[in-house]
Amino acid sequence: MTVLTATQKPASLRFNPSLQRNKLDKLFTLVSAGFSVIVVLPLLLVLIYVLLQGGRLISFNLFTQLPPAPGLEGGGIGNAIIGTFVVTMVAALIAIPVGVGGGIYLAEYSRGGWFANLIRVGNDILAGVPSIICGVFVYGAIVATRVFFGQSYTAAAGGIALAVLMLPTVIKTTDEGLRLVPKALSMGAIGVGASKFVTIIRITLPSAFTPIATGIVLAIARAAGETAPLIFTALFSPFWPEGVFNPIATMSVLIFNFAIMPFEAQNELAWAASFVLVVLILAANLLARWLRRFAN
Amino acid sequence: MTTSALQHANTSTTGQTCLALEKVTISYGSFEAVRDVYMDIPRGKVTAFIGPSGCGKSTVLRGLNRMNDLIEGCSLRGRVVFDGQDIYAPEVDPVEVRRRIGMVFQQPNPFPKSIYENIAFGARINGFTGDMDELVENSLRKAFIWDETKDKLKQSGNSLSGGQQQRLCIARAIAIEPEVILMDEPCSALDPISTLKIEELMHELKKTFSIVIVTHNMQQAVRVSDQTAFFNAEAVEGGSGKVGYLVEFNDTEKIFNAPTQQATQDYVTGRFG
Amino acid sequence: MSTEPTKELFTLRRRPASEKLVDGGFRYLTIALASMVAIVLVAIFLTVFQGAQEAIKAFGLKFLTTSSWNPVTGEYGAFTAIYGTLVSSLLALAIAVPLGVGTAIFITENLIPLRWREVIGVMVELLAAIPSVVLGLWAIFVMEPFLRPFLTFLNSALGWFPLFSTEPQGPGMAPAVLILVVMILPIITAISRDALNQVPIALRQGAYGVGSTRWIAIFNVILPAAISAIVGGVMLALGRAMGETMAVTMIIGNSTNFSWSLLAPGNTISAMLANQFGEADGIQVSALLYAALILMVLTFAVNLMAQWVVKKLSLRY
Repeated sequence: MTVLTATQKPASLRFNPSLQRNKLDKLFTLVSAGFSVIVVLPLLLVLIYVLLQGGRLISFNLFTQLPPAPGLEGGGIGNAIIGTFVVTMVAALIAIPVGVGGGIYLAEYSRGGWFANLIRVGNDILAGVPSIICGVFVYGAIVATRVFFGQSYTAAAGGIALAVLMLPTVIKTTDEGLRLVPKALSMGAIGVGASKFVTIIRITLPSAFTPIATGIVLAIARAAGETAPLIFTALFSPFWPEGVFNPIATMSVLIFNFAIMPFEAQNELAWAASFVLVVLILAANLLARWLRRFAN
Repeated sequence: MTTSALQHANTSTTGQTCLALEKVTISYGSFEAVRDVYMDIPRGKVTAFIGPSGCGKSTVLRGLNRMNDLIEGCSLRGRVVFDGQDIYAPEVDPVEVRRRIGMVFQQPNPFPKSIYENIAFGARINGFTGDMDELVENSLRKAFIWDETKDKLKQSGNSLSGGQQQRLCIARAIAIEPEVILMDEPCSALDPISTLKIEELMHELKKTFSIVIVTHNMQQAVRVSDQTAFFNAEAVEGGSGKVGYLVEFNDTEKIFNAPTQQATQDYVTGRFG
Repeated sequence: MSTEPTKELFTLRRRPASEKLVDGGFRYLTIALASMVAIVLVAIFLTVFQGAQEAIKAFGLKFLTTSSWNPVTGEYGAFTAIYGTLVSSLLALAIAVPLGVGTAIFITENLIPLRWREVIGVMVELLAAIPSVVLGLWAIFVMEPFLRPFLTFLNSALGWFPLFSTEPQGPGMAPAVLILVVMILPIITAISRDALNQVPIALRQGAYGVGSTRWIAIFNVILPAAISAIVGGVMLALGRAMGETMAVTMIIGNSTNFSWSLLAPGNTISAMLANQFGEADGIQVSALLYAALILMVLTFAVNLMAQWVVKKLSLRY
């Protein structure tokens, strides 16, 4: 073994930090690291503020009392917490069957014809429709026409608006989840003479349960925090909920209404509602994450 | 230093050691893939690595120009000496290493750029100041692919067939004039005719470069290589996986006709599982 | 010898009519449910289009270029809101794209240990989960007061420039842009990260194999290979930013008076809808729906373009 003399060699292999390419490399690495910090920073700041400002207001009364009249102290957001659950539930009850059914059609029945393409493209477009437009639509179709027993603003209308928002996500996750199920599995069922219906309900759908459930949990979490579709459908109410065919308070609308009020008590309730909402939504996200890990 | 002088320097040093592995052990996380390899890879020759799947021959090859750095959790113990320096020494720049030890991969991987740019890219980042058109043409000619591509240099490298893509990748590797070219089963994804072309090409290339090739195909090792290293894998006591090791390294002729190890004999005669 | 018929154990060799009915019925049920997408989409469009008719007839295309918004005289023009929508979303995009793509690179190109990359990835996803209205609340009470001294300085130093020509009063276009940046960063980062992860390892090896440094490989090989998906993600983010309502409504100031200045209160179409739609009547409702129609067309165009870009660019690579 020989070591060649220096004159024959082009250069040393030694890392030379003063080379321009190495300097540039370091610079870009630092810049991208800085960008990452900037991206993560707002999350931390928002979380810290919500936890600090909202967390210190958490009390028993917060969950059991109604918001105070403007100018008065104290009170709680009990009605808005229930309202958020009611409206989100209505939305889920509509969006899940429709979305899962539509997803089943796309993944299992459609054979890539024009109709399936139309639905897929339409679904992408629907996902891109701004949430405020969903509110406008439901206002025009349901609130203004008073279809629910002559009522204008109702919790049901709010739920429908959120359902429109959730629908594309549910369809998409169902479609993609079902298509991940190995074809061999459904072939096996069909091969022993199961009908298509039985195959889908008993074999394919259960196999795709986790991705679909994950998508639905995320869609519900997103809907629970939505405000724009609710402000002129479910409206708001300072009272306890009176069924789904009356206006209803929700946490998100409460935050919006109370944030811009010039009263400290209302501002504080807005922070408290943010705390409850953020905790619920983050919990749902962690649940979805856990579901996904569970699948793997 | 001019190109020709460099090449001359390479050819004139034929017979010397180009890369020396000293007690090299490569691990993925806590799992050892290959253990305690010693070998002196000669300059100006074609060295083939053969052996069954999972014996670590590709891992060793990637270890020769620090390609394993890209794999999460992969680490190397021991020394790989190139040009008098351990390329794994902390002060060594892996980029510098790869500029002098080029690589051709198992799957053709042209960049999503034009054929011309595929060649020019490497040269440009290596600070090439000469006539780029000439370099591109020469490299493509050396890789026996000029005639097929000269009319469509502006087209995407992905528009070529698999065999052509692989020769483009070889052209890309030789354009930066490395001293060594590592080839990781360069023909495994190709049809027999393309394989033949690439083997012819290797005979040409060894006049200029030292070549190390991993191959599954023993006939190919016989056809192209001067020296052959046979790797095998053995079960580790208590462990679930297998660890690779170097069985024998000698002239190709000896490995295939008069191996000193029974394991080599079994493998080259096909008695091996 | 007669073949004794064995007792038929399989009682359902012939499918009963009921099973066939369920099977066929289920298929039609799923078709009907899938059709809901198209029905809802058409209904949304028709509702908005129908409602906007009156304003379209009254104001025509002048609606797009005039900025009077006067319920008393019944004169309406959406220029302020259209300008606000486009400027806020494009500026937000200009800031968010480098930040988001840079972060995506940072968490895909093994610059730091895997564990840290995953942590950052999860945090970005959680940021996307925070409701818009909570970000708006935070913007009102935390971000805007913090930002005001900087904006005041910007005005005093660069006041001659039309974009900074007014003194910041609190809510305004600039804080709205920044909160939009926060809102679209997760989508840009997440899509870019997925796109970069899709780049085959072979391409990276090829780039490093010819002696690229990390960033030469990133800029010349990895980013170009991922560009179609990244651009698609950026377009989706643009659509999201244009339609984003709550956080913007809470911090933009909702002024119907036009101003070039980013430091002055402004408006966007969605903010205008959120603020006025509930209380509007007569031709104002129609004017708002006309604006909503414009917003729909804009987001629709951007989303279509996103799909087109992904297809077009992915052909080249």
